[in-house]
Amino acid sequence: MSDSTVSGVAGEERDDFSRDESRQIRRRSLRLLGSLVHPLRARLALSIVVVVISTVSQVAGPSIIAYGIDSGLPALLANDWMPVGLAGLAYLLAGVLGAGLIAWFTVLSAQISQAILFDLRRRVFLHTQRLSLEFHESYTSGRIISRQTSDLDAISELLDSGINQLVQGVLYMVLTAVALFLLDVESGFILLVALVPLAILTRWFQVRSQRMFRRTRVASARLIVRFVETMTGIRAVKAFRTQKADAAEFAGLVEDNREANAKVIRLFGIYDPGLVLIGNVAVAVVLLAGGFRVIDGGMEIGVLLAAVLYTRRFFDPMEDMAMFYNSYQSATAALEKISGVLEERPSVPDPEHPVDLWTSKGAVEFEAVAFGYVAGRPILPEFDLDIPAGQTIALVGSTGAGKSTLAKLISRFYDPTAGRITLDGIDLRELHPKDLRRAIVMVTQEAYLFSGTVADNIAIGRPEASRDEIVEAAKAVGADEFIRGLPNGYETDVNKRGGRVSAGQRQLISFARAFLADPAVLILDEATASLDIPSERLVQEALQTLLADRTAVIIAHRLSTVSIADRVLVMEHGRIVEDGTPDDLIAGTGRFAQLHASWRESLV
Amino acid sequence: MPEPTNPQSAVGTVAVLSRLRPYVREALPRIYAAMVVSLVASAVALAIPQVLQFMVDGPLADGDAGQLWVAAGIVLALGVLEAVLIGARRALVLTPGTHVEARLRNSLYRRLQNLPVAFHDRWPSGQLLSRAVSDLNLIRRWLSFGLVLLVVNVLTIVGGAVILIALNWVLGLIFVAAAVPVILYSFSFERKYSDVARRSQDQTGDLATSVEESVHGIRVLKAFGRGRYALKRFESQAEELRGTEIEKAKAIAGIWLYLTLIPDLAFGVCLVVGVWLASTGQSSVGELVAFFATGTVLLFPIWSLGYFLAMTLDAKTATLRFFEVMDSENTIVDPEKPAEAARGRGELVFDDVHFRYQDAPASFPDLVDGVSLTVRPGETMALVGLTGSGKSTLTALTTRLYDVTGGAVRVDGVDVRDLALDDLRSRIAMAFEEATLFSRTVRENVLLGRPDATEEELREALDIAQASFVDDLPAGLDTKVGEEGLSLSGGQRQRLALARAIAARPEILVLDDPLSALDVDTEALVEAALRRVLATTTALIVAHRPSTVALADRVALLENGRISAVGTHSELLATSAHYRFVISSFDSPEVPTTEEVSR
Repeated sequence: MSDSTVSGVAGEERDDFSRDESRQIRRRSLRLLGSLVHPLRARLALSIVVVVISTVSQVAGPSIIAYGIDSGLPALLANDWMPVGLAGLAYLLAGVLGAGLIAWFTVLSAQISQAILFDLRRRVFLHTQRLSLEFHESYTSGRIISRQTSDLDAISELLDSGINQLVQGVLYMVLTAVALFLLDVESGFILLVALVPLAILTRWFQVRSQRMFRRTRVASARLIVRFVETMTGIRAVKAFRTQKADAAEFAGLVEDNREANAKVIRLFGIYDPGLVLIGNVAVAVVLLAGGFRVIDGGMEIGVLLAAVLYTRRFFDPMEDMAMFYNSYQSATAALEKISGVLEERPSVPDPEHPVDLWTSKGAVEFEAVAFGYVAGRPILPEFDLDIPAGQTIALVGSTGAGKSTLAKLISRFYDPTAGRITLDGIDLRELHPKDLRRAIVMVTQEAYLFSGTVADNIAIGRPEASRDEIVEAAKAVGADEFIRGLPNGYETDVNKRGGRVSAGQRQLISFARAFLADPAVLILDEATASLDIPSERLVQEALQTLLADRTAVIIAHRLSTVSIADRVLVMEHGRIVEDGTPDDLIAGTGRFAQLHASWRESLV
Repeated sequence: MPEPTNPQSAVGTVAVLSRLRPYVREALPRIYAAMVVSLVASAVALAIPQVLQFMVDGPLADGDAGQLWVAAGIVLALGVLEAVLIGARRALVLTPGTHVEARLRNSLYRRLQNLPVAFHDRWPSGQLLSRAVSDLNLIRRWLSFGLVLLVVNVLTIVGGAVILIALNWVLGLIFVAAAVPVILYSFSFERKYSDVARRSQDQTGDLATSVEESVHGIRVLKAFGRGRYALKRFESQAEELRGTEIEKAKAIAGIWLYLTLIPDLAFGVCLVVGVWLASTGQSSVGELVAFFATGTVLLFPIWSLGYFLAMTLDAKTATLRFFEVMDSENTIVDPEKPAEAARGRGELVFDDVHFRYQDAPASFPDLVDGVSLTVRPGETMALVGLTGSGKSTLTALTTRLYDVTGGAVRVDGVDVRDLALDDLRSRIAMAFEEATLFSRTVRENVLLGRPDATEEELREALDIAQASFVDDLPAGLDTKVGEEGLSLSGGQRQRLALARAIAARPEILVLDDPLSALDVDTEALVEAALRRVLATTTALIVAHRPSTVALADRVALLENGRISAVGTHSELLATSAHYRFVISSFDSPEVPTTEEVSR
């Protein structure tokens, strides 16, 4: 499977699948659909019973009319009200039953489809969270967003009205055909013959439209990617006056999307009148053949009327079904893409048999670890490193030396390509993810804020924390003062991407998060870069108490951090070139002594 | 969160939808034509049962086989005509629908590009996305199907009712009387459904916002292992949406009940009455046949009314949401008569500038509270101050990302509000504290502000920003940056953003803490190279470190939204205690300095 050209999200931008690839994709999305429907099968069965009964009642209509005319009229002429009364009553009963059950079915099927949607939304969301950073970095956020928004919309559209109409429509047609056969076999055969061109037309449409529908999904995903990017980067867009060029490019994507949609619609323009044509020809034939039989005395007029009504009604739902085939196709295309994302396996998988680690001491060890993002291009050649519990390490070196990569390995954003990393002697890959995340926390330079209040954002460190604990954490990192100065204090909404809070303040909030999380191992990757010097000083102070009893790895270009480190590692080209206490290294003549000297100069 | 413009019930559905007119104008003739064509198609469909009546009362009663051929032939001809007309309707209306959607989408996008940053601060991007995609899609489908079929079906039903009455006025009136409760119910349905539809679309937008945040904030969620926590939040929103959708289905089920039940009840009554009429000779069997056949033709238009009514209301809500964005006031626009200021000197003046967010509580002082500062042509001014003192806000005022709420910012003596936006923004280039990169090639990202720059100019900008790492990327300058530059390090992104500002060759450079993510060595190299540019360019640089301040000729100290001191670095070190506090690493007794550590 994994080496297939279309497994996971591979080949997502294509629409020219071979027969095998198509089958593989279809099977995958059907499997997904099956697993979504499975838990709801009881409800589904009930709703089918409901819709069958209601459709039977609806289909009975013309037969009752036929009976009313053929038996009721002669009887009434003989002053017998019984048959016509019966017919009227039956018609009323059928009407009430049919309508009531249809209404019930509508609600039932909404409950089912909403349950399916909820389940699917949840699955995609969870899976997206589970997928490793590697996936996110290559797949782009716009595409994963479009999977969870417009693709889910397409499926929801189908489930909302489509399935409902489809089930009803198909049943209506089948039962109508059955009724026609029961009423008059010959007319039934005429309808049967009409099914042949119907099937051919439908097959033609299906084949032609499938590729078009895939194309519409791809086009709409591209559109979303561009849209999201413009809106999130609006400051740069404005400052560099790219509006015109962007708008032109966006218009191109809109046009692609429009054309893809228009092509689909044009196919419908042939399919839909084709259906009507077949239906109307069938009506004419039924009428002609039936007319001759009425003249011959082989058929009653009421039966002829019913046969014509049935034939006409048989084709009635077709137009709607064609419309719903539309949503069916876009939903299938969407499901194909979603099932692809769900098929992606995280490159940093959760362990099958997780090892629990209730309280971690925080000893981290690298054993013959090597790492590279791309095979054959190692970022970190094989190395060993032992970080005893409680030690504070400063990781220094020039940009691109591999410091952040090392940090990402400890926090298991990536797994090493060789060797193993252990926490308290347990391989990170075997640790229960919950325990891993409780034990090891990383704070990065980019301090992302989620919509909600400042307090909510700090609480991400430990969702069950009380307000006092949140305030305590903020105080500890020196964020309390500015937070209290905000319009609503801790209850201030941080808005979209922290628009109102400065970069430095955001970093303080994200520090408070880490403080609240209270991990055994804390990794700070350039987490103070945007702070002003007084804030940095406060944070340094806080760190001294915070780090006293825990392991820490601090990456900072400002070497002030070194003052609180027990040990300094200097990295160059993916290798640790110096390792020692700050005093020893500064006193020496190595790389660190140089760095430290030039940093000291930069302070004046 | 945006505030809905007005309560639902106050605005009529027709009034709301007719606001789409300007976008639909070109398509209108075709839509009208489609209505006429489908009306004819309906008329044809209604004519078929009349042929039936002729057959039953004529050839079938007389046994005239020749007439039968004629009748069947007419039915066939009418049937073919109906199919052709339906094809014509589709050909007429569907392509224009997609054009309207495209037009709406492009206008929305352009509008959003031009709306001020303050607007984007306020609106969650998921709400914008759901408008641009789902809502416009809804409007298209309504224009292509809903509008035409709703109008045509209503007319068909009216026409059909007239035929029914003409066929037999007693039976016809029974049928028409049955329509009254349906119409009454439709009104209450409209109110109920409008309300749920609005809620559903808003909740869809909220859900999209959550999705976006969970993707953009993936690193934080992963670092803290909070995937489950985010899921819970997402789940509760999804649960809410599910409830709304089911409520919506119940509303639809309600109208569906009426729409299927009532015609059936009417039919049942008509059957009894009709047979009785036939038995007394007040009606012929052919009339009866035609009556029921005509009624049957009307059944589908009646049933589909509920569907199209709901669709229309969905489209109304979508239209309301669309215009909420389009109607948002844009205060940051080109002046009516842009000033024609000659370029070149590059003087930047803040004259008693005030700024506050619109929604800030009245008790709060202005964020920028009377800043007066002159950056002379060619001068480099550093802006120093504590986090939250208003530095970034002040830089954002120069290119009108926000407009001042008092005073003025002037470039070469001209108020920035009097310059054309494009002109202003080509004079001033910015690099933000958060380096936004787009998912395009490195080259395109760097040349964002000046796509026509030569290869040498591009190289020069990259060299100054010490961004030679681009040559090591898989495809060099043509490597596509992952969205938001996730696959580049913070330092690399910052250097590209700096190169971008330099490549734009502005008169004035505004750099917001541009070197924060660089290591000491690289920073020194960038600074050395940057000096060459700064020698000839006016610059305003937000700085947190003495090393960055060293680039500047003078320093302005910002304190609580005001400039408290201006001077050279050493002057301020000597005279301002606050400046020493903000910029110096050496005067805090609580923290052991590195000197002490290294002892």
